[in-house]
Amino acid sequence: MPKLNVSLLTGRTIDQGCGKEYGKLSQEYWRSVAICEMDPHDMKELGVKENENVKITTDYGSTVVRAVKSARAPHPNMVFIPYGPWASLIVNPRTHGTGMPSFKGVPAQIEPAPKEKVLGLRELLQEHYRKE
Amino acid sequence: MNMPTIPSVTCPVCGSFCDDIELTIKDNVITDVKNACAVGAAKFLSYANPHHRHVKPLIRKNGELVEASLDEAIRKSAEILTDASYPILYGWSCTSCEATRLGLELAEEVGGVIDNTSTVCHGPSILSIQDVGISTCTLGQIRHRADLVVYWGSNPWSAHPRHVERYTTFSQGRFQTSAWRGYVSRVAATLTKKRLLRAANLILMRDVPAPPEIDRRLPPTLLQKKRKMIVVDVRRTRSAEAADYFLQVEPNKDYELLQALRLLIRDEEIDVDTVAGVPTEILEEVADVMINCEFGILFFGLGLTMSEGKLRNIDAALSLVRDLNYRTKFVIMPMRGHFNVTGANVVFTWTTGYPYAVDFSHGYPRYNPGETSVVDILCRGEADAGLIVASDPVAHFPREAVQNLVKKPLIAIDPQVTPTSLMADVVIPSAFVGIEAEGTAYRMDRVPLPLKKVVEPPETCLPDVEILQRILHEVRRLKREGKA
Repeated sequence: MPKLNVSLLTGRTIDQGCGKEYGKLSQEYWRSVAICEMDPHDMKELGVKENENVKITTDYGSTVVRAVKSARAPHPNMVFIPYGPWASLIVNPRTHGTGMPSFKGVPAQIEPAPKEKVLGLRELLQEHYRKE
Repeated sequence: MNMPTIPSVTCPVCGSFCDDIELTIKDNVITDVKNACAVGAAKFLSYANPHHRHVKPLIRKNGELVEASLDEAIRKSAEILTDASYPILYGWSCTSCEATRLGLELAEEVGGVIDNTSTVCHGPSILSIQDVGISTCTLGQIRHRADLVVYWGSNPWSAHPRHVERYTTFSQGRFQTSAWRGYVSRVAATLTKKRLLRAANLILMRDVPAPPEIDRRLPPTLLQKKRKMIVVDVRRTRSAEAADYFLQVEPNKDYELLQALRLLIRDEEIDVDTVAGVPTEILEEVADVMINCEFGILFFGLGLTMSEGKLRNIDAALSLVRDLNYRTKFVIMPMRGHFNVTGANVVFTWTTGYPYAVDFSHGYPRYNPGETSVVDILCRGEADAGLIVASDPVAHFPREAVQNLVKKPLIAIDPQVTPTSLMADVVIPSAFVGIEAEGTAYRMDRVPLPLKKVVEPPETCLPDVEILQRILHEVRRLKREGKA
């Protein structure tokens, strides 16, 4: 599988904002948050088409999300995931003495994941944070 | 039949606090919303969806959340907090100042750590403001006077959708006119360009469209004596498209760019051709635009606080504005995102002396972000219980912190079903502040505004203030009994 080294950004989008107000168990939230906005040229390089799954791995974990074409390319080697449980799996928890983890500019590797599934919210909570 | 319309409702979503919302209400249900942005409208129209809100208290028994009485949930919460030796009390940005004040009293009573969401938001900005100082003003000043608006590492179009329209470039001020028309003509030009590019892609049968050419030159509008907007960001956002000029900085290089601008504003020379991916001659022109404005404002967002450098980026931004004030009038303001997060900082400060990350474990307030901030405490695995009020750390904290948070007894006071409430051991449903409960909240420029109660909450959902009062009462009773 081809892999690409990228810089991971997380942030707000208007869809994420609306999705969280519709309810975090809603389809709208899942559709707006469990995604990764990519540069179309990066997608071509990886052989990934719109709505296909990609796996993003950082030093702190990995997550599988849906790839979507960025509406504001070019931004080669830069991927964007809206704030949410899917992005939180892979951001840098170290605060360097400030209290603030690094949610932006995290070095990451992205690869196609056609056989892996994007988890639903309940599945994600069960898999990663299960109550003992 | 005439349905009652309630004017001038304050929107309880982001730090912009749009207070011109009109709600139409029928049979205790909001049926129409006027003037709100997409997110505000989504909140007012969807908050009551029964699938996504809690109406009954829940307690985890044998691994499952089961319905319980409110008294039972309050008692269980008080027991968890009194049994813990180092509990964290976190959230407070989506509730009223009155509730936050009670939260601080509770934190002192149980000897825990109380922190608000600025710890993962503008915490570094606060640290830096304490170090450097800030020259700032209220949003009304900006609306009426600012002729240069700079958004740095901030995407108001997504996070504060009506900010540009109400307070900055597109607002009609007393001394500055709206730049809306210029924007409309720019959008028309951009659309034409996109159409031409699409046609070219079709004719040349390109499967991946050729990237649009980026013109780095400064547009002549930036040199005119009228309202203008510059966006500095690592990627082209929708806000960047609305701006007169977009300056693209390489990720994690904001500090270099800010310091380079400081050099230029002090008339010093830069020996390199590019800084953070921006040609020096472009930077010189941007510095000229900044110096030549009459009243400039720099709004900075999480692009600065969350990237490498964190508070040092803010140091550079605050210092840049300080330097600019030797040449013209310039102010700076953090783009506080979450509803009443500013209010949480204000109440924390007037109560304990510190704006966030306050540790009461010694019996008096201590403040040392990095040590007493909630993400650090969780990553070190030190907290032995959690009370989360009006916030969702399970969705937004890094995995390591969440894993340690959910391992220990967790109480969630929240009206909505969230990942945090789904992982909690006790869930107490509350009323939505600003819709079903009154209160006071602070806008991003520290202007306090009253929040209205426009509909009645379900009978089982009390306001946060009442829930916290009852927990505090129960904690005190348990402590008295324990001593006796």
